[in-house]
Amino acid sequence: MSQPQPQPTVSAETPQAPPPAPAAPGPAAARAGAPAREVSIERLKAFYGQAEQLKGIDLAFEPNQVTAIIGPSGCGKSTMIRCINRMHEEIPGARAEGRVLLDGADVYGEGVDVVAVRRLIGMVFQRANPFPTMSIYDNVAAGLRLTGRRRDLDRKVEEALRGAGLWDEVSDRLSAPGIGLSGGQQQRLCIARSLAVEPEVLLMDEPCSALDPIATLKIEELIEDLKQRVTIVIVTHNMQQAARVADRTAFMLDGRLVEVGPTQDIFTNPRDTRTEEYVTGKFG
Amino acid sequence: MSATAGQMGPGPALRGDGRLRRRRLVNRLMEISASIAALVAVAVLAIVIISVASKGISSISIEFLTKNAPLFGQSGGGIANAIVGTLILVALATVMAVPVGILIGIYTSEFAGARLASLVRFVLDILNGVPTIVTGIFVFGLLVAGKAQSGWAGAFALAVIMLPIVARSAHEVLALVPKAMKESALALGVTRWKMVLRIVLPTAAGGIITGALLGVARVAGETAPLLFTSSIFANEVSTKPGGALASIPVKIFSLTEEPSPSAHSQAWGAALLLIFFILLLNVLARAIYARSSRRTTRAR
Repeated sequence: MSQPQPQPTVSAETPQAPPPAPAAPGPAAARAGAPAREVSIERLKAFYGQAEQLKGIDLAFEPNQVTAIIGPSGCGKSTMIRCINRMHEEIPGARAEGRVLLDGADVYGEGVDVVAVRRLIGMVFQRANPFPTMSIYDNVAAGLRLTGRRRDLDRKVEEALRGAGLWDEVSDRLSAPGIGLSGGQQQRLCIARSLAVEPEVLLMDEPCSALDPIATLKIEELIEDLKQRVTIVIVTHNMQQAARVADRTAFMLDGRLVEVGPTQDIFTNPRDTRTEEYVTGKFG
Repeated sequence: MSATAGQMGPGPALRGDGRLRRRRLVNRLMEISASIAALVAVAVLAIVIISVASKGISSISIEFLTKNAPLFGQSGGGIANAIVGTLILVALATVMAVPVGILIGIYTSEFAGARLASLVRFVLDILNGVPTIVTGIFVFGLLVAGKAQSGWAGAFALAVIMLPIVARSAHEVLALVPKAMKESALALGVTRWKMVLRIVLPTAAGGIITGALLGVARVAGETAPLLFTSSIFANEVSTKPGGALASIPVKIFSLTEEPSPSAHSQAWGAALLLIFFILLLNVLARAIYARSSRRTTRAR
Protein backbone atom coordinates (compact mmCIF):
# COMPACT_ATOMS: atom_id res chain seq x y z
CA MET A 1 0.00 0.00 0.00
CA SER A 2 2.57 2.51 1.06
CA GLN A 3 5.44 3.38 -1.13
CA PRO A 4 8.12 5.05 0.96
CA GLN A 5 8.94 7.94 -1.27
CA PRO A 6 12.44 9.18 -1.86
CA GLN A 7 11.92 12.33 0.14
CA PRO A 8 14.82 14.21 1.63
CA THR A 9 15.29 12.32 4.83
CA VAL A 10 14.74 14.54 7.80
CA SER A 11 16.78 13.81 10.83
CA ALA A 12 14.99 13.34 14.09
CA GLU A 13 14.17 16.65 15.63
CA THR A 14 15.85 17.77 18.73
CA PRO A 15 13.60 19.07 21.49
CA GLN A 16 12.18 22.46 20.70
CA ALA A 17 13.36 22.15 17.12
CA PRO A 18 11.39 24.03 14.48
CA PRO A 19 9.51 22.03 11.86
CA PRO A 20 11.64 19.38 10.17
CA ALA A 21 11.53 21.53 7.14
CA PRO A 22 13.88 20.95 4.25
CA ALA A 23 13.14 24.44 2.99
CA ALA A 24 11.09 26.05 5.67
CA PRO A 25 13.10 28.41 7.75
CA GLY A 26 10.24 30.65 8.71
CA PRO A 27 6.57 30.23 9.51
CA ALA A 28 4.10 28.81 7.08
CA ALA A 29 4.13 32.02 5.10
CA ALA A 30 7.57 31.02 3.85
CA ARG A 31 6.09 27.74 2.77
CA ALA A 32 3.07 29.22 1.13
CA GLY A 33 2.54 27.46 -2.15
CA ALA A 34 4.73 24.58 -1.07
CA PRO A 35 2.82 21.34 -0.84
CA ALA A 36 1.81 20.13 2.60
CA ARG A 37 3.44 17.08 4.09
CA GLU A 38 2.76 13.51 3.20
CA VAL A 39 2.10 11.07 5.99
CA SER A 40 2.60 7.39 5.56
CA ILE A 41 2.03 4.65 8.03
CA GLU A 42 4.01 1.43 7.88
CA ARG A 43 3.14 -1.79 9.71
CA LEU A 44 1.45 0.20 12.44
CA LYS A 45 0.29 -1.80 15.43
CA ALA A 46 -1.30 -0.29 18.50
CA PHE A 47 -1.99 -1.84 21.86
CA TYR A 48 -4.02 -1.07 24.93
CA GLY A 49 -2.23 -3.11 27.54
CA GLN A 50 -2.26 -6.61 26.07
CA ALA A 51 -5.08 -5.97 23.61
CA GLU A 52 -3.98 -5.41 20.06
CA GLN A 53 -6.23 -2.74 18.60
CA LEU A 54 -4.39 -2.11 15.33
CA LYS A 55 -3.02 -5.22 13.68
CA GLY A 56 -0.53 -3.85 11.22
CA ILE A 57 -1.63 -1.03 8.98
CA ASP A 58 0.05 0.39 5.90
CA LEU A 59 -1.51 3.54 4.57
CA ALA A 60 -0.38 6.77 2.93
CA PHE A 61 -2.05 10.15 3.21
CA GLU A 62 -1.23 12.31 0.26
CA PRO A 63 -0.30 15.96 0.65
CA ASN A 64 -3.09 18.51 0.26
CA GLN A 65 -5.67 15.78 0.07
CA VAL A 66 -8.49 14.91 2.39
CA THR A 67 -8.50 11.27 3.38
CA ALA A 68 -11.55 9.94 5.19
CA ILE A 69 -11.33 6.94 7.48
CA ILE A 70 -14.56 4.98 7.71
CA GLY A 71 -15.48 1.77 9.46
CA PRO A 72 -17.71 0.45 12.21
CA SER A 73 -17.29 1.49 15.85
CA GLY A 74 -14.30 -0.07 17.52
CA CYS A 75 -12.47 -0.82 14.30
CA GLY A 76 -9.52 1.32 15.33
CA LYS A 77 -10.10 4.51 13.31
CA SER A 78 -9.51 6.86 16.20
CA THR A 79 -6.66 4.80 17.55
CA MET A 80 -4.96 5.01 14.19
CA ILE A 81 -5.10 8.76 13.84
CA ARG A 82 -4.09 9.18 17.47
CA CYS A 83 -0.98 7.19 16.62
CA ILE A 84 -0.08 9.69 13.92
CA ASN A 85 0.56 12.54 16.37
CA ARG A 86 1.49 10.20 19.20
CA MET A 87 -1.55 11.04 21.31
CA HIS A 88 -2.24 7.32 21.61
CA GLU A 89 0.55 6.92 24.13
CA GLU A 90 -1.08 9.45 26.47
CA ILE A 91 -3.48 6.72 27.54
CA PRO A 92 -2.00 4.69 30.40
CA GLY A 93 -0.82 1.32 29.16
CA ALA A 94 -1.13 2.20 25.50
CA ARG A 95 1.72 1.82 23.03
CA ALA A 96 2.35 1.59 19.33
CA GLU A 97 4.73 -0.26 17.02
CA GLY A 98 5.68 0.39 13.43
CA ARG A 99 6.52 3.60 11.67
CA VAL A 100 4.67 6.82 10.95
CA LEU A 101 6.57 8.88 8.42
CA LEU A 102 6.07 12.60 8.02
CA ASP A 103 7.70 13.35 4.70
CA GLY A 104 10.06 10.46 5.33
CA ALA A 105 10.91 11.30 8.95
CA ASP A 106 9.69 8.73 11.45
CA VAL A 107 7.71 10.36 14.25
CA TYR A 108 8.50 7.32 16.38
CA GLY A 109 12.22 7.60 15.56
CA GLU A 110 14.90 7.83 18.16
CA GLY A 111 15.43 11.29 19.61
CA VAL A 112 12.12 12.58 18.32
CA ASP A 113 10.31 14.87 20.73
CA VAL A 114 6.57 14.20 20.92
CA VAL A 115 5.98 17.88 21.52
CA ALA A 116 7.63 18.74 18.20
CA VAL A 117 5.57 16.07 16.44
CA ARG A 118 2.34 17.53 17.77
CA ARG A 119 3.23 21.03 16.65
CA LEU A 120 3.39 19.77 13.09
CA ILE A 121 0.44 17.42 13.27
CA GLY A 122 -2.59 19.15 14.75
CA MET A 123 -5.73 17.49 15.99
CA VAL A 124 -9.40 18.37 16.27
CA PHE A 125 -11.44 16.26 18.64
CA GLN A 126 -14.92 14.83 18.54
CA ARG A 127 -16.36 17.25 21.05
CA ALA A 128 -15.57 20.92 20.88
CA ASN A 129 -13.55 21.71 23.97
CA PRO A 130 -12.42 25.31 24.15
CA PHE A 131 -10.35 26.09 27.24
CA PRO A 132 -13.05 27.26 29.67
CA THR A 133 -10.95 29.84 31.46
CA MET A 134 -10.00 31.63 28.25
CA SER A 135 -11.54 34.15 25.92
CA ILE A 136 -12.00 33.50 22.21
CA TYR A 137 -8.76 35.32 21.48
CA ASP A 138 -6.83 33.52 24.21
CA ASN A 139 -8.10 30.15 23.06
CA VAL A 140 -6.70 30.71 19.60
CA ALA A 141 -3.50 32.23 20.97
CA ALA A 142 -3.05 29.47 23.56
CA GLY A 143 -1.00 27.14 21.39
CA LEU A 144 1.29 29.95 20.29
CA ARG A 145 1.73 31.40 23.76
CA LEU A 146 2.30 28.07 25.44
CA THR A 147 4.91 27.12 22.88
CA GLY A 148 6.76 30.37 23.29
CA ARG A 149 5.77 32.09 20.05
CA ARG A 150 4.46 35.39 21.27
CA ARG A 151 5.31 37.60 18.32
CA ASP A 152 2.64 38.85 15.96
CA LEU A 153 -0.11 37.27 18.00
CA ASP A 154 -2.90 39.56 16.78
CA ARG A 155 -2.20 38.83 13.16
CA LYS A 156 -1.84 35.09 13.69
CA VAL A 157 -5.02 34.88 15.73
CA GLU A 158 -6.95 36.75 13.05
CA GLU A 159 -5.50 34.54 10.33
CA ALA A 160 -6.40 31.39 12.23
CA LEU A 161 -9.94 32.61 12.90
CA ARG A 162 -10.35 33.57 9.25
CA GLY A 163 -8.93 30.19 8.29
CA ALA A 164 -11.56 28.52 10.44
CA GLY A 165 -14.32 30.68 8.95
CA LEU A 166 -15.11 32.22 12.31
CA TRP A 167 -13.61 35.70 12.08
CA ASP A 168 -16.72 37.49 10.83
CA GLU A 169 -18.82 36.01 13.60
CA VAL A 170 -16.52 36.80 16.49
CA SER A 171 -14.29 39.72 15.48
CA ASP A 172 -16.30 42.12 17.63
CA ARG A 173 -16.16 39.98 20.78
CA LEU A 174 -12.74 38.41 20.88
CA SER A 175 -12.52 38.91 24.62
CA ALA A 176 -15.76 37.02 25.29
CA PRO A 177 -15.36 33.54 26.78
CA GLY A 178 -14.86 30.77 24.25
CA ILE A 179 -17.43 28.54 25.88
CA GLY A 180 -20.13 31.15 25.23
CA LEU A 181 -20.20 30.28 21.54
CA SER A 182 -22.60 27.82 19.94
CA GLY A 183 -21.55 24.20 19.46
CA GLY A 184 -20.60 24.65 15.83
CA GLN A 185 -18.75 27.88 16.55
CA GLN A 186 -16.90 26.20 19.39
CA GLN A 187 -15.75 23.46 17.07
CA ARG A 188 -14.55 26.03 14.54
CA LEU A 189 -12.82 27.81 17.41
CA CYS A 190 -11.02 24.56 18.16
CA ILE A 191 -10.07 24.28 14.51
CA ALA A 192 -8.73 27.84 14.66
CA ARG A 193 -6.81 26.93 17.80
CA SER A 194 -5.20 24.05 15.94
CA LEU A 195 -4.50 26.14 12.84
CA ALA A 196 -2.86 28.93 14.83
CA VAL A 197 0.22 26.84 15.53
CA GLU A 198 0.54 26.30 11.78
CA PRO A 199 0.46 22.53 11.56
CA GLU A 200 1.14 20.82 8.28
CA VAL A 201 -1.17 17.92 8.88
CA LEU A 202 -4.58 18.14 10.55
CA LEU A 203 -6.19 15.09 12.11
CA MET A 204 -9.93 15.33 12.69
CA ASP A 205 -11.58 12.75 14.90
CA GLU A 206 -15.29 12.81 14.04
CA PRO A 207 -15.32 16.61 14.20
CA CYS A 208 -19.00 16.92 13.31
CA SER A 209 -20.55 14.10 15.28
CA ALA A 210 -21.88 16.46 17.94
CA LEU A 211 -23.05 19.15 15.53
CA ASP A 212 -26.29 19.95 13.75
CA PRO A 213 -26.48 19.73 9.94
CA ILE A 214 -25.87 23.42 9.31
CA ALA A 215 -22.83 23.58 11.55
CA THR A 216 -21.65 20.35 9.92
CA LEU A 217 -21.98 21.90 6.48
CA LYS A 218 -19.85 24.87 7.56
CA ILE A 219 -17.10 22.58 8.80
CA GLU A 220 -17.20 20.56 5.61
CA GLU A 221 -16.81 23.72 3.52
CA LEU A 222 -13.95 24.66 5.76
CA ILE A 223 -12.23 21.32 5.20
CA GLU A 224 -12.39 21.97 1.47
CA ASP A 225 -10.54 25.29 1.99
CA LEU A 226 -8.06 23.94 4.50
CA LYS A 227 -6.69 21.28 2.23
CA GLN A 228 -4.98 24.01 0.24
CA ARG A 229 -2.70 24.41 3.25
CA VAL A 230 -2.61 21.13 5.10
CA THR A 231 -2.97 17.42 4.64
CA ILE A 232 -6.20 16.31 6.28
CA VAL A 233 -7.18 12.99 7.78
CA ILE A 234 -10.77 12.82 8.96
CA VAL A 235 -12.39 10.00 10.87
CA THR A 236 -16.12 9.91 10.30
CA HIS A 237 -19.09 7.74 11.04
CA ASN A 238 -21.08 9.52 8.42
CA MET A 239 -20.55 8.02 5.00
CA GLN A 240 -22.28 10.88 3.22
CA GLN A 241 -19.75 13.14 4.86
CA ALA A 242 -16.88 11.02 3.64
CA ALA A 243 -18.37 11.11 0.16
CA ARG A 244 -18.75 14.90 0.31
CA VAL A 245 -15.38 15.96 1.68
CA ALA A 246 -12.83 13.27 1.00
CA ASP A 247 -10.57 12.86 -2.02
CA ARG A 248 -9.62 9.45 -0.83
CA THR A 249 -11.34 7.08 1.56
CA ALA A 250 -9.97 4.23 3.61
CA PHE A 251 -12.18 1.50 5.03
CA MET A 252 -11.07 -0.18 8.24
CA LEU A 253 -12.42 -3.27 9.92
CA ASP A 254 -11.32 -4.96 13.11
CA GLY A 255 -7.96 -3.24 13.37
CA ARG A 256 -7.03 -3.77 9.74
CA LEU A 257 -7.18 -1.68 6.61
CA VAL A 258 -9.56 -3.32 4.17
CA GLU A 259 -9.07 -0.98 1.27
CA VAL A 260 -8.20 2.56 0.32
CA GLY A 261 -8.76 4.44 -2.88
CA PRO A 262 -10.37 7.45 -4.49
CA THR A 263 -13.60 8.16 -2.63
CA GLN A 264 -15.63 7.67 -5.78
CA ASP A 265 -14.30 4.13 -6.21
CA ILE A 266 -14.82 3.13 -2.59
CA PHE A 267 -18.47 4.10 -2.71
CA THR A 268 -19.38 3.01 -6.20
CA ASN A 269 -16.95 0.34 -7.15
CA PRO A 270 -15.23 -1.19 -4.11
CA ARG A 271 -12.86 -4.05 -4.69
CA ASP A 272 -13.62 -5.80 -1.42
CA THR A 273 -17.05 -7.25 -0.70
CA ARG A 274 -16.80 -6.19 2.95
CA THR A 275 -16.37 -2.59 1.87
CA GLU A 276 -19.38 -2.91 -0.37
CA GLU A 277 -21.47 -4.37 2.43
CA TYR A 278 -20.44 -1.59 4.78
CA VAL A 279 -21.00 1.34 2.41
CA THR A 280 -24.35 -0.04 1.34
CA GLY A 281 -25.42 -0.35 4.97
CA LYS A 282 -25.53 -4.12 5.29
CA PHE A 283 -23.57 -3.94 8.55
CA GLY A 284 -21.74 -1.53 10.80
CA MET B 1 -46.40 -8.61 37.06
CA SER B 2 -49.66 -8.98 35.27
CA ALA B 3 -49.96 -12.55 36.60
CA THR B 4 -51.08 -11.12 39.96
CA ALA B 5 -54.03 -9.34 38.39
CA GLY B 6 -56.33 -12.06 39.84
CA GLN B 7 -58.89 -10.36 42.08
CA MET B 8 -58.96 -7.17 40.03
CA GLY B 9 -60.43 -8.80 37.00
CA PRO B 10 -59.05 -8.08 33.58
CA GLY B 11 -56.38 -5.45 33.04
CA PRO B 12 -53.02 -4.89 34.63
CA ALA B 13 -52.58 -5.05 38.42
CA LEU B 14 -52.21 -1.44 39.39
CA ARG B 15 -53.10 -1.69 43.05
CA GLY B 16 -50.23 -3.83 44.27
CA ASP B 17 -50.49 -6.81 46.59
CA GLY B 18 -49.40 -7.30 50.23
CA ARG B 19 -45.76 -7.82 49.39
CA LEU B 20 -45.62 -4.59 47.46
CA ARG B 21 -47.24 -2.72 50.33
CA ARG B 22 -44.66 -4.13 52.71
CA ARG B 23 -41.86 -2.99 50.45
CA ARG B 24 -43.33 0.45 50.37
CA LEU B 25 -43.49 0.49 54.17
CA VAL B 26 -39.83 -0.56 54.49
CA ASN B 27 -38.93 2.07 51.95
CA ARG B 28 -40.74 4.72 53.94
CA LEU B 29 -39.12 3.56 57.17
CA MET B 30 -35.62 3.74 55.77
CA GLU B 31 -36.32 7.13 54.30
CA ILE B 32 -37.48 8.46 57.65
CA SER B 33 -34.56 7.05 59.64
CA ALA B 34 -32.05 8.43 57.14
CA SER B 35 -33.74 11.82 57.34
CA ILE B 36 -33.61 11.77 61.12
CA ALA B 37 -29.90 10.89 61.05
CA ALA B 38 -29.23 13.83 58.76
CA LEU B 39 -31.27 16.05 61.06
CA VAL B 40 -29.17 14.93 64.05
CA ALA B 41 -26.01 16.15 62.32
CA VAL B 42 -27.56 19.53 61.67
CA ALA B 43 -28.91 19.68 65.22
CA VAL B 44 -25.53 18.88 66.80
CA LEU B 45 -23.89 21.71 64.89
CA ALA B 46 -26.74 24.06 65.76
CA ILE B 47 -26.56 23.17 69.46
CA VAL B 48 -22.79 23.64 69.57
CA ILE B 49 -23.00 27.01 67.86
CA ILE B 50 -25.94 28.21 69.92
CA SER B 51 -24.44 27.17 73.26
CA VAL B 52 -21.02 28.62 72.43
CA ALA B 53 -22.63 31.80 71.18
CA SER B 54 -24.92 32.22 74.18
CA LYS B 55 -22.13 31.65 76.68
CA GLY B 56 -19.45 33.51 74.80
CA ILE B 57 -21.18 36.53 73.38
CA SER B 58 -21.05 38.41 76.70
CA SER B 59 -17.24 38.24 76.73
CA ILE B 60 -16.78 39.69 73.26
CA SER B 61 -15.84 43.33 73.45
CA ILE B 62 -13.32 45.68 71.98
CA GLU B 63 -11.19 45.17 75.06
CA PHE B 64 -11.39 41.40 74.66
CA LEU B 65 -10.11 41.65 71.11
CA THR B 66 -7.41 44.25 71.65
CA LYS B 67 -6.00 43.70 75.17
CA ASN B 68 -3.94 40.97 76.72
CA ALA B 69 -4.71 39.09 79.91
CA PRO B 70 -4.80 41.33 83.00
CA LEU B 71 -2.41 41.05 85.90
CA PHE B 72 -3.09 38.31 88.36
CA GLY B 73 -6.30 38.73 90.32
CA GLN B 74 -7.77 41.46 88.11
CA SER B 75 -10.67 40.93 85.77
CA GLY B 76 -11.14 42.19 82.21
CA GLY B 77 -8.42 42.03 79.63
CA GLY B 78 -8.50 39.98 76.48
CA ILE B 79 -6.82 37.60 74.11
CA ALA B 80 -5.17 39.93 71.60
CA ASN B 81 -1.91 37.98 71.74
CA ALA B 82 -3.74 34.74 70.92
CA ILE B 83 -5.61 36.28 67.98
CA VAL B 84 -2.43 37.69 66.48
CA GLY B 85 -0.54 34.49 67.21
CA THR B 86 -3.15 32.26 65.56
CA LEU B 87 -3.20 34.44 62.46
CA ILE B 88 0.59 34.26 62.16
CA LEU B 89 0.80 30.52 62.89
CA VAL B 90 -1.93 29.68 60.40
CA ALA B 91 -0.47 31.98 57.75
CA LEU B 92 2.97 30.42 58.10
CA ALA B 93 1.50 26.92 58.01
CA THR B 94 -0.44 27.83 54.87
CA VAL B 95 2.66 29.16 53.16
CA MET B 96 4.47 25.93 53.98
CA ALA B 97 1.73 23.42 53.21
CA VAL B 98 -0.22 24.82 50.27
CA PRO B 99 2.49 24.94 47.58
CA VAL B 100 3.78 21.49 48.49
CA GLY B 101 0.25 20.12 48.72
CA ILE B 102 -0.66 21.45 45.29
CA LEU B 103 2.50 19.96 43.81
CA ILE B 104 1.66 16.60 45.36
CA GLY B 105 -1.83 16.82 43.88
CA ILE B 106 -0.35 17.65 40.47
CA TYR B 107 2.02 14.72 40.77
CA THR B 108 -0.66 12.20 41.68
CA SER B 109 -3.19 13.40 39.14
CA GLU B 110 -0.97 14.29 36.17
CA PHE B 111 2.42 12.65 36.34
CA ALA B 112 2.44 9.49 38.46
CA GLY B 113 1.36 6.15 37.06
CA ALA B 114 -1.91 4.75 38.33
CA ARG B 115 -0.38 2.47 40.97
CA LEU B 116 2.13 4.94 42.31
CA ALA B 117 -0.56 7.62 42.44
CA SER B 118 -2.90 5.46 44.47
CA LEU B 119 -0.03 4.52 46.79
CA VAL B 120 0.76 8.20 47.39
CA ARG B 121 -2.92 8.92 47.98
CA PHE B 122 -3.07 6.06 50.47
CA VAL B 123 -0.06 7.49 52.31
CA LEU B 124 -1.74 10.89 52.38
CA ASP B 125 -4.86 9.34 53.87
CA ILE B 126 -2.79 7.73 56.61
CA LEU B 127 -1.02 11.01 57.28
CA ASN B 128 -4.41 12.65 57.51
CA GLY B 129 -5.43 10.06 60.08
CA VAL B 130 -2.38 10.48 62.31
CA PRO B 131 -3.60 11.88 65.66
CA THR B 132 -2.52 15.48 65.86
CA ILE B 133 -0.96 14.97 69.26
CA VAL B 134 1.41 12.50 67.60
CA THR B 135 2.27 15.10 64.99
CA GLY B 136 2.89 17.50 67.85
CA ILE B 137 5.26 15.11 69.62
CA PHE B 138 7.04 14.41 66.34
CA VAL B 139 7.65 18.09 65.69
CA PHE B 140 8.61 18.57 69.33
CA GLY B 141 11.31 15.93 68.93
CA LEU B 142 12.41 17.37 65.62
CA LEU B 143 12.45 21.10 66.26
CA VAL B 144 11.87 21.85 69.92
CA ALA B 145 13.61 19.27 72.13
CA GLY B 146 16.92 20.64 73.26
CA LYS B 147 16.04 24.05 71.84
CA ALA B 148 13.03 26.17 72.65
CA GLN B 149 9.42 26.37 71.57
CA SER B 150 8.85 28.61 68.61
CA GLY B 151 6.19 29.83 66.25
CA TRP B 152 8.11 28.14 63.46
CA ALA B 153 7.78 24.77 65.15
CA GLY B 154 4.07 25.32 65.80
CA ALA B 155 3.45 26.42 62.21
CA PHE B 156 5.40 23.43 60.92
CA ALA B 157 3.27 21.06 62.99
CA LEU B 158 0.13 22.70 61.61
CA ALA B 159 1.55 22.45 58.08
CA VAL B 160 2.10 18.70 58.50
CA ILE B 161 -1.58 18.37 59.41
CA MET B 162 -2.68 20.61 56.56
CA LEU B 163 -0.57 18.96 53.86
CA PRO B 164 -2.66 15.82 53.21
CA ILE B 165 -5.88 17.85 53.20
CA VAL B 166 -4.56 20.23 50.56
CA ALA B 167 -2.93 17.49 48.50
CA ARG B 168 -5.96 15.22 48.48
CA SER B 169 -8.38 17.96 47.55
CA ALA B 170 -6.01 19.26 44.87
CA HIS B 171 -5.84 15.77 43.43
CA GLU B 172 -9.62 15.43 43.38
CA VAL B 173 -10.26 18.70 41.57
CA LEU B 174 -7.39 18.24 39.13
CA ALA B 175 -8.76 14.82 38.25
CA LEU B 176 -12.10 16.49 37.52
CA VAL B 177 -10.62 18.56 34.70
CA PRO B 178 -11.92 16.86 31.55
CA LYS B 179 -9.38 14.63 29.86
CA ALA B 180 -10.37 16.02 26.49
CA MET B 181 -9.15 19.44 27.58
CA LYS B 182 -5.79 18.09 28.62
CA GLU B 183 -5.51 16.18 25.38
CA SER B 184 -6.33 19.15 23.24
CA ALA B 185 -3.58 21.14 24.96
CA LEU B 186 -1.09 18.33 24.41
CA ALA B 187 -2.19 18.04 20.80
CA LEU B 188 -1.19 21.67 20.27
CA GLY B 189 2.38 20.70 21.03
CA VAL B 190 2.34 22.06 24.54
CA THR B 191 4.59 20.36 27.07
CA ARG B 192 2.96 18.49 29.91
CA TRP B 193 4.12 20.94 32.54
CA LYS B 194 2.89 23.97 30.57
CA MET B 195 -0.40 22.17 30.04
CA VAL B 196 -0.75 21.64 33.79
CA LEU B 197 0.31 25.17 34.65
CA ARG B 198 -1.68 27.13 32.12
CA ILE B 199 -4.69 24.96 31.30
CA VAL B 200 -5.37 22.52 34.12
CA LEU B 201 -4.50 24.65 37.15
CA PRO B 202 -6.54 27.71 36.11
CA THR B 203 -9.52 25.46 35.40
CA ALA B 204 -9.23 23.82 38.80
CA ALA B 205 -8.13 26.93 40.69
CA GLY B 206 -11.42 27.38 42.54
CA GLY B 207 -11.40 23.85 43.86
CA ILE B 208 -7.76 24.08 44.90
CA ILE B 209 -8.40 27.30 46.82
CA THR B 210 -11.38 25.64 48.44
CA GLY B 211 -9.22 22.73 49.58
CA ALA B 212 -6.61 25.10 50.94
CA LEU B 213 -9.23 27.08 52.87
CA LEU B 214 -10.68 23.91 54.35
CA GLY B 215 -7.15 22.98 55.42
CA VAL B 216 -6.76 26.39 57.04
CA ALA B 217 -10.09 25.99 58.80
CA ARG B 218 -9.03 22.60 60.07
CA VAL B 219 -5.69 23.65 61.53
CA ALA B 220 -6.93 26.97 62.91
CA GLY B 221 -8.63 25.02 65.69
CA GLU B 222 -5.84 22.54 66.42
CA THR B 223 -4.61 22.53 69.99
CA ALA B 224 -2.61 19.36 70.48
CA PRO B 225 0.23 20.06 68.05
CA LEU B 226 0.74 23.49 69.57
CA LEU B 227 0.90 22.30 73.18
CA PHE B 228 4.42 20.98 72.72
CA THR B 229 5.64 23.44 70.18
CA SER B 230 4.23 26.87 70.88
CA SER B 231 2.41 27.05 74.21
CA ILE B 232 4.78 28.77 76.63
CA PHE B 233 4.15 32.27 75.42
CA ALA B 234 4.43 35.66 77.03
CA ASN B 235 1.40 37.71 77.91
CA GLU B 236 2.03 40.20 75.16
CA VAL B 237 1.37 40.49 71.47
CA SER B 238 4.28 38.98 69.59
CA THR B 239 4.76 38.82 65.86
CA LYS B 240 8.09 37.01 65.97
CA PRO B 241 7.81 33.31 65.12
CA GLY B 242 11.33 32.81 66.52
CA GLY B 243 9.71 32.54 69.94
CA ALA B 244 6.57 30.77 71.04
CA LEU B 245 3.40 32.43 69.76
CA ALA B 246 0.09 32.48 71.55
CA SER B 247 -2.91 30.90 69.82
CA ILE B 248 -6.64 30.87 70.39
CA PRO B 249 -7.01 27.10 70.94
CA VAL B 250 -4.16 26.92 73.45
CA LYS B 251 -5.51 30.05 75.10
CA ILE B 252 -8.92 28.42 75.45
CA PHE B 253 -7.28 25.40 77.01
CA SER B 254 -5.29 27.41 79.54
CA LEU B 255 -8.26 29.66 80.39
CA THR B 256 -10.41 26.63 81.19
CA GLU B 257 -7.67 25.39 83.52
CA GLU B 258 -7.86 28.55 85.57
CA PRO B 259 -10.03 28.59 88.67
CA SER B 260 -11.76 31.94 88.10
CA PRO B 261 -15.22 32.23 86.54
CA SER B 262 -14.15 35.26 84.53
CA ALA B 263 -11.45 33.16 82.87
CA HIS B 264 -14.09 30.56 82.03
CA SER B 265 -16.33 33.09 80.38
CA GLN B 266 -13.33 34.40 78.47
CA ALA B 267 -12.72 30.84 77.29
CA TRP B 268 -16.27 30.79 75.93
CA GLY B 269 -15.64 34.09 74.21
CA ALA B 270 -12.46 32.78 72.61
CA ALA B 271 -14.30 29.63 71.54
CA LEU B 272 -16.98 31.74 69.91
CA LEU B 273 -14.37 33.74 68.06
CA LEU B 274 -12.65 30.58 66.85
CA ILE B 275 -15.84 28.89 65.70
CA PHE B 276 -16.92 32.06 63.93
CA PHE B 277 -13.58 32.25 62.11
CA ILE B 278 -13.78 28.60 61.04
CA LEU B 279 -17.39 28.89 59.91
CA LEU B 280 -16.47 31.93 57.87
CA LEU B 281 -13.65 30.02 56.17
CA ASN B 282 -15.96 27.12 55.38
CA VAL B 283 -18.62 29.33 53.90
CA LEU B 284 -16.02 31.19 51.87
CA ALA B 285 -14.56 27.91 50.60
CA ARG B 286 -18.04 26.76 49.61
CA ALA B 287 -18.77 29.95 47.74
CA ILE B 288 -15.51 29.85 45.82
CA TYR B 289 -16.05 26.25 44.85
CA ALA B 290 -19.62 26.87 43.72
CA ARG B 291 -18.42 29.70 41.51
CA SER B 292 -15.61 27.78 39.90
CA SER B 293 -17.36 24.45 39.42
CA ARG B 294 -19.84 26.15 37.13
CA ARG B 295 -16.88 26.67 34.85
CA THR B 296 -15.70 23.07 34.73
CA THR B 297 -19.16 21.62 34.36
CA ARG B 298 -20.03 23.97 31.54
CA ALA B 299 -16.87 22.91 29.76
CA ARG B 300 -17.84 19.29 29.74
